[in-house]
Amino acid sequence: MAERALSRNKRGPGAYLVRLLVIVYLFFLVAWPVYLVAKNTFADGMENLNGILEDPDVIHALSLTVQVALIAVVINTVFGVGISMLLVRYDLPGKRWLSALLDLPLSVSPIVVGLSLVLVYGGRTGWFGPTLEDAGIQVIFSTPGIVLATVFVALPLVIREVVPVLEEVGEEQEQAARSLGANALQTFLRITLPSIKWGVIYGVVLSLARSLGEFGAVKVVSGNVLGDTRTATLVVEEKYLNFDKGGAYATAFLLALVAVACIIVVSALRPKEDR
Amino acid sequence: MTTTLTSDRPAVTRRPIRHGRPLTRVSGLGFGVAMLWFSLLVLIPLTAVVVTATTGGWAGFWEAVTTEQTLAAIELTVGTAFAVTLVNIVIGTMIAWVLVRDRFFGKRILEIIIDIPFALPTIVAGLVLLSLYGPKSPLGIDIANTRQAVFLAFLFVTLPFVVRTVQPVLAELDRDVEEAAMSLGASRITVFRRIILPSLTPAIAAGAALSFARGVSEYGSLVLLSGNLPNQTEVTSVRILSSIENDNLDSAAAVATILLVISFVVLILVDYLQRRLVRRG
Repeated sequence: MAERALSRNKRGPGAYLVRLLVIVYLFFLVAWPVYLVAKNTFADGMENLNGILEDPDVIHALSLTVQVALIAVVINTVFGVGISMLLVRYDLPGKRWLSALLDLPLSVSPIVVGLSLVLVYGGRTGWFGPTLEDAGIQVIFSTPGIVLATVFVALPLVIREVVPVLEEVGEEQEQAARSLGANALQTFLRITLPSIKWGVIYGVVLSLARSLGEFGAVKVVSGNVLGDTRTATLVVEEKYLNFDKGGAYATAFLLALVAVACIIVVSALRPKEDR
Repeated sequence: MTTTLTSDRPAVTRRPIRHGRPLTRVSGLGFGVAMLWFSLLVLIPLTAVVVTATTGGWAGFWEAVTTEQTLAAIELTVGTAFAVTLVNIVIGTMIAWVLVRDRFFGKRILEIIIDIPFALPTIVAGLVLLSLYGPKSPLGIDIANTRQAVFLAFLFVTLPFVVRTVQPVLAELDRDVEEAAMSLGASRITVFRRIILPSLTPAIAAGAALSFARGVSEYGSLVLLSGNLPNQTEVTSVRILSSIENDNLDSAAAVATILLVISFVVLILVDYLQRRLVRRG
């Protein structure tokens, strides 16, 4: 056994070359640029960060972003867990197509996502927009539109995490619980949910990161009104284009901090589950 | 081996269709509600794009898509996405190999770095790249507002795809076969070419397809980086956005339909490749 482990660890010069190449590539493509954003943020000490945190419009944008992201995550978690259960445990018509279509939001351009929502829910010319507007519901250029766009782009993330776990755990335990008289709700809460817990948590964290950071789709549907429908990612763009680079870096830094924290949480949790 | 973000890789285990229970009354109702929501959110809006694109007939669609500026944008987007995908096939496979087979101090940090492009908001990604490759570059490399900037941005946002599709397949490979081949005198290169590479091909192809789709649909990271100069650095998504802003939704929808067709073809391709993966596994 020891001998085998040894032979597996033996590396040719090629292996070291590949390792070096990979490290250099990732350093120049990701690590150094990300580090520079942090460095630029703190170039004048805390000034940039304080600057945006004292700006009521930025605070409004940040709180809008957090609210929208939380709503989107709740919707996608409920929908994602539900549809995953249905996909894995039941006979559905067109299961294969449905499974493929659920992945579609990951490869659609955010601008196309925004456009598609405007075409259906736009106040003047949308398919449903004028009807909704008559009922007093404005979707596009308003918070519901931002929520819809955010839910759209993050839709597959929970499903992609939960479906493999559900298939892995099988349904013997669920069948046992039911045969002992548990109803569907009890079976789900006591048996299914605890066994897919980690899959759901990864999905939620990933959805949260994606939802906080959505830019293109939100830009199209939000109208980008200062202090009203402008989200954090739109603040980054607006500050940068208006030569407030310090403010842009500081806002970007906050967003990047949350994103990286989400990745670290997922990577710290996952190994315990996999091993 | 663990992967940090499975979301970037196709859920390989999802595909085998097993026969489940028939829908009950409650689950049937749940399925109905879920489908209604999915239709209202995704299916009807995407259908609206295609319908709007074709309201002016084939001629109207063709006219919107074949203006000089739009053609230049499509050519740049598809060409760059293709070139970036080729780079990703090589470097992505190498990164996956390092993550699975190599062992050294700090490998966990590489795992996290791979996922940063996926989690980082795209507008922040643009700003991040601008700080090293923009006007104030510490390296003295300023490629802002050039075609290289588009290439760089695509490289950044598509980084995880090939890595995360190849990594789990590589981790599952049976190393005894490789050792047998080597004990029979095969060189490392022969082992890689004849034994490892054939098993990885479907995974590499699936990752490449996802990377291509992501590149073609990219928008956010280019806003600050590429300058969006017509006929030079303007990508398809930016074309669509400027049509929307000019209130020309028909022509926006026409160009968007091209992107949708590309995403759809890629989706079908990945689905097919995953089936092959499942059969092998």
